[in-house]
Amino acid sequence: MKSPQQHPEPPTPVITRRDFFGLAWKGLGILAAVEVLGMIISFIFSGKNKNSAPPKQLLEAGPVDSFAKNSVCAFMGGRFYLARQQDGGFIALSLRCTHLGCSINWEENKKRFICPCHSSAFDISGEVLNPPASRALDYYPVLIEKGVVKVDIGTLKERKTTGKDQFTYA
Amino acid sequence: MRTIFLHLHPQKVNASALRINRTFGLGGMAALLIAVQLLTGILLRFYYIQNPASAYDSILFLKNNVLFGQFVRNIHYWSGVFLLMIAFLHFLRVFFTGAFRGSRRVNWWFGLVLLLLIVFANFTGYLLPWDQLAYWAITVSTNIIGYLPLAGDALRTAIIGGRELNGSTLQNFFNFHTAVLPLLMVVLVIYHFWRVRKSGGIMLPGTPDNSEMVPVMPYLVFREFIAALVLLAVLFATSALFNAPLLEKANPVYSMNPTKAPWYFAGVQELLMHFHPFFAAFVIPLLVMLFLICIPLIKIDDTQEGHWFISERGRQTAKSTAVFAIAVTLAGIFFNAWVMNFEIMLPGVPAWISNGIFPAVILLVLMAAFFYFHLNRKMLTKAELVQAAFVFIMMAFIVLTVVGVFFRGKDMELVWPWNV
Ligand code: HEM
Ligand code: FES
Repeated sequence: MKSPQQHPEPPTPVITRRDFFGLAWKGLGILAAVEVLGMIISFIFSGKNKNSAPPKQLLEAGPVDSFAKNSVCAFMGGRFYLARQQDGGFIALSLRCTHLGCSINWEENKKRFICPCHSSAFDISGEVLNPPASRALDYYPVLIEKGVVKVDIGTLKERKTTGKDQFTYA
Repeated sequence: MRTIFLHLHPQKVNASALRINRTFGLGGMAALLIAVQLLTGILLRFYYIQNPASAYDSILFLKNNVLFGQFVRNIHYWSGVFLLMIAFLHFLRVFFTGAFRGSRRVNWWFGLVLLLLIVFANFTGYLLPWDQLAYWAITVSTNIIGYLPLAGDALRTAIIGGRELNGSTLQNFFNFHTAVLPLLMVVLVIYHFWRVRKSGGIMLPGTPDNSEMVPVMPYLVFREFIAALVLLAVLFATSALFNAPLLEKANPVYSMNPTKAPWYFAGVQELLMHFHPFFAAFVIPLLVMLFLICIPLIKIDDTQEGHWFISERGRQTAKSTAVFAIAVTLAGIFFNAWVMNFEIMLPGVPAWISNGIFPAVILLVLMAAFFYFHLNRKMLTKAELVQAAFVFIMMAFIVLTVVGVFFRGKDMELVWPWNV
């Protein structure tokens, strides 16, 4: 205290007015920084988020009879393989390996998909035959309308293993 | 300009600070290479077009129709490689001379941030040519992010702006590469230099008053000038002799065999061949980062500061630990590749146990044995122990990277380098 006068000191408050405003300003500063950061992040990502449900996009693959049982047909434009199982069920398997996303190739003589990147292998239903991939191939829903096979390439479905309900029958 | 440059220097420096084996001038070289990247990067921007339809063709145009186009591109490519290597060596130098404690620790942390920024600058640049190499390396690397727990998938989608690489990925990467990261780097480098001065110059052993102070101009500046000339000569010669790679234009339906992450992530990718992604891409890198961040906070008796490898005993331990790390890492790689693979051997067990916890425990047991039977007998100080741990991590990382880059061929099988 600079003042030399001898009057009783007022009790020193725990937080002085100066401390209080100092704290308040700091708090406001931090708040402002957080807001600006939030604004920047939402600015960058909101326009680019493709997570919202994509519209149904039907791609006509062809009449049911044109696909032999136990055979695979590549639709590179739609990024899928249309695989018809031994029992006649259809599944549209995504081209993307479930390990790290490379494009798989169909090996006709061995009846399996093989990934050129780290040699994961999948069978005709998309089930894993060989790691490092640990999940069956993703697939697109198949619809059969009036004997024509259509694939909804707007909806990609993920799965752990193959299940009966993933196939479509004529 | 001259005064700005001189302002980053003190008036005088300690004569022994000028001895080349104090720092090997690595920090200064890194700064110079960042300047080279800024300059060549801005030149490249005069021709580069950041959309998937034209990016590749703009590079072809640069190569074939622009005077010195190929040369400038090569310099940018090689300087990026050199920069990462030199920044890494600089980081090793700082660690092994113990120059990261006390007031220097702030610069240790900012240095780690700079190292990360340089990795990201290289990574974001890698995608820009939009050729097969770029497309698949970035596909594989960004898919690793998808394995992070909880937010992994959302984070990956946000970074690449969709489910697979597309125009927004390229625009994001381009913007980070040519605006965000360079700006951050320039600011941090200036701060980094300023902090070196604030800590009283570079780390020197013992009491500094045993040697004379010499003026910066000309003693230090002249040496910096020579170092800069030699570095630039090596860089230009490399760029004249070896072209930056450019394969065919990216083709999303045709993957390359093998597909490798960029070389600085080859170590992580190699780890991924042996560990469940949750461990390889998340737990292990996170623990290493945490260790590096915490190093300067470990309280030690600081009488040995500034000596390379702390002491003679420290040097010996560092050597034996390095040999141990090389042996263990190589043995692990071969064992997993040729003798047995736990995931195939234990098909009923979830992958995160058979391929995660299981090998991690084996590794920890080996490390504990090494500690108990070797390090423990040497009565090391705390600082020497921390140094041994650091040597182990760095050596393992280097071995993984070398194997990933030079010994992985078709189908990611182990092969000799001349068959890669
Ligand atoms: C420390 C900083 C930087 C690093 C480590 C770095 C690294 C890289 C790398 C590795 C590539 C890919 C080269 C290739 O594969 O051909 C690249 C490309 C590119 N960079 Fe940078 N860069 C940096 C700074 C900059 C800056 C400041 C700019 C512009 C302002 C820039 C503009 C470009 C452009 C336009 C390309 C595409 C041309 C090409 O691929 O050859 N870079 N960068
Ligand atoms: S991406 Fe297919 S095996 Fe790795």
